[in-house]
Amino acid sequence: MTGFWLPVATLWWRDLLRFWREKARVLGYVGSPLLFWLLIGSGFGNLAFFFPGALVLTVMFSAVFSTMSLIEDRREGFLLSMLVSPAPRSSMVLGKILGSTTLAWIQGAIFLCFLPATGYAPGAAGVLQAVAVIFLIAFLFTALGFAIAWQMDSTQGFHAIMNLALFPLWLVSGSLFPMASAHGWVRWLMRLNPVTYAVSALRQSFERQAAAATPAFSTSLIVTACCAAALFAASTAFAVRKSARSFA
Amino acid sequence: MVSVESLVLKYGARTALDRVSFEVREREIFGVLGPNGGGKSTLFKVLSTMLEPTAGWARVAGFDVERQAAGVRPRIGVVFQSQSLDRKLTVEENLRAQGHLYGLRGAALADRMEEVVGRLGLADRRKELVEALSGGLRRRVEIAKGLLHRPAVLLMDEPSTGLDPGARRELWRYIDELRRTQGITVLLTTHLLDEADRCDRLALLHEGRLVAAGSPAELKARIGGDVVVLEVADPAEMQQKLEARLGVRAAARNGSLRVEIGNGHRFITEVVEAFPGAIQSVALHKPTLEDVFLDETGAAL
Repeated sequence: MTGFWLPVATLWWRDLLRFWREKARVLGYVGSPLLFWLLIGSGFGNLAFFFPGALVLTVMFSAVFSTMSLIEDRREGFLLSMLVSPAPRSSMVLGKILGSTTLAWIQGAIFLCFLPATGYAPGAAGVLQAVAVIFLIAFLFTALGFAIAWQMDSTQGFHAIMNLALFPLWLVSGSLFPMASAHGWVRWLMRLNPVTYAVSALRQSFERQAAAATPAFSTSLIVTACCAAALFAASTAFAVRKSARSFA
Repeated sequence: MVSVESLVLKYGARTALDRVSFEVREREIFGVLGPNGGGKSTLFKVLSTMLEPTAGWARVAGFDVERQAAGVRPRIGVVFQSQSLDRKLTVEENLRAQGHLYGLRGAALADRMEEVVGRLGLADRRKELVEALSGGLRRRVEIAKGLLHRPAVLLMDEPSTGLDPGARRELWRYIDELRRTQGITVLLTTHLLDEADRCDRLALLHEGRLVAAGSPAELKARIGGDVVVLEVADPAEMQQKLEARLGVRAAARNGSLRVEIGNGHRFITEVVEAFPGAIQSVALHKPTLEDVFLDETGAAL
């Protein structure tokens, strides 16, 4: 067992340590969604509605961009020493993903501190539930980031892909407008979009009642968890597959 | 400790290793010598389980690198040519992470860290961030990392890269000591002649083929005697004359003639007397590994 968990723990700890030494990053990922939320929310006079979406955006940014460390690890050579070590590949993947997940989770939790400003009053149980849901969302986006970062050599390319894929997914996730108000094909897009379920799970941790035409909390949670598990499995499969290019 | 048999590695259509075979004995310091692009790094990657052979096989410490990589990995220490340290962490943190990847922990890990750090003269640097260290020190940390788990075989890719001569001597003193005190087997790749000269045995790799193998002395003895280099105005003409009048075969290279001959002194006297005024300079040396390489491949290192 130590052969599996010790590497997981050490890689997780390493990401936290590195992050702690570059504290400016914390502000970056929390800062811009916060500003975004305050401007949009105040503009529409509805801070509460935009809160879950902005929180998901924070988690998404920080989760995906901390997985960029994988590309740095490859470039700086640290990845090589992981790959020739006897540590199982799956423990390596889990350690890296948990590291980035934790960082994104912490930043999500920081954002959660602004909850009182929204007027939501979910009580202690609701907040705890939100904290758990944020962890799941962080894991989802980290696993996605890992699966993509594994294929990439440059952080610029990674940026481009993530901007191209992630931001639109977020736009049609129920963060900016509710599913009930969406028309035709956009509503279908929202229904197919995994991020919708993540936002919905978080929103329903704050609100008792599910809004019209949104998936139930249990459905949201299950879909989010399944997507996270599938992406983790894909990441592990990529890392286990032996290829010359992972050592280029 | 290391056996390589008919090893072939292809990157698509390009053959990086072409039926390479050799054997490294226990406690040996074995060098793979060749120019950059000759296949050394590819060989290193196969032996450290990073690349799977296209054909043939390689065994390290008794395990097949392809089918028993899990048996090979705990037994090898790998020192990469490129850096493999986390610059944002301290020396100690890097070593601890490495230890954990190899299943070392607690007091056992602390003992090992103490030892490698002491041996490599890093004791007073352990709290420093890697990014603050000089190139020579970083390389020492790399080696410390490779030795942490007491590997049976140490694999090093161009270990002297980026080291000044002092640091290079230090590194070699340490390699010798490791072999003496711990009975470790070392396989290293290099394109440096002085480094190759310090190995017990060598494999010469050129364009993916193993062109010669043996101890540096054996390899040089193949040439026998001396090497004489003549600078002349017209190498091609002199080459013919040498063959016709003295029965000596010379190789033309870069405007000079290279002659391998049993008794260099006598040959020099002969040649200078036979062709007065035609020779601009004469140099004599004992065969070097460079000569061996030239001889076997027709190419310079």
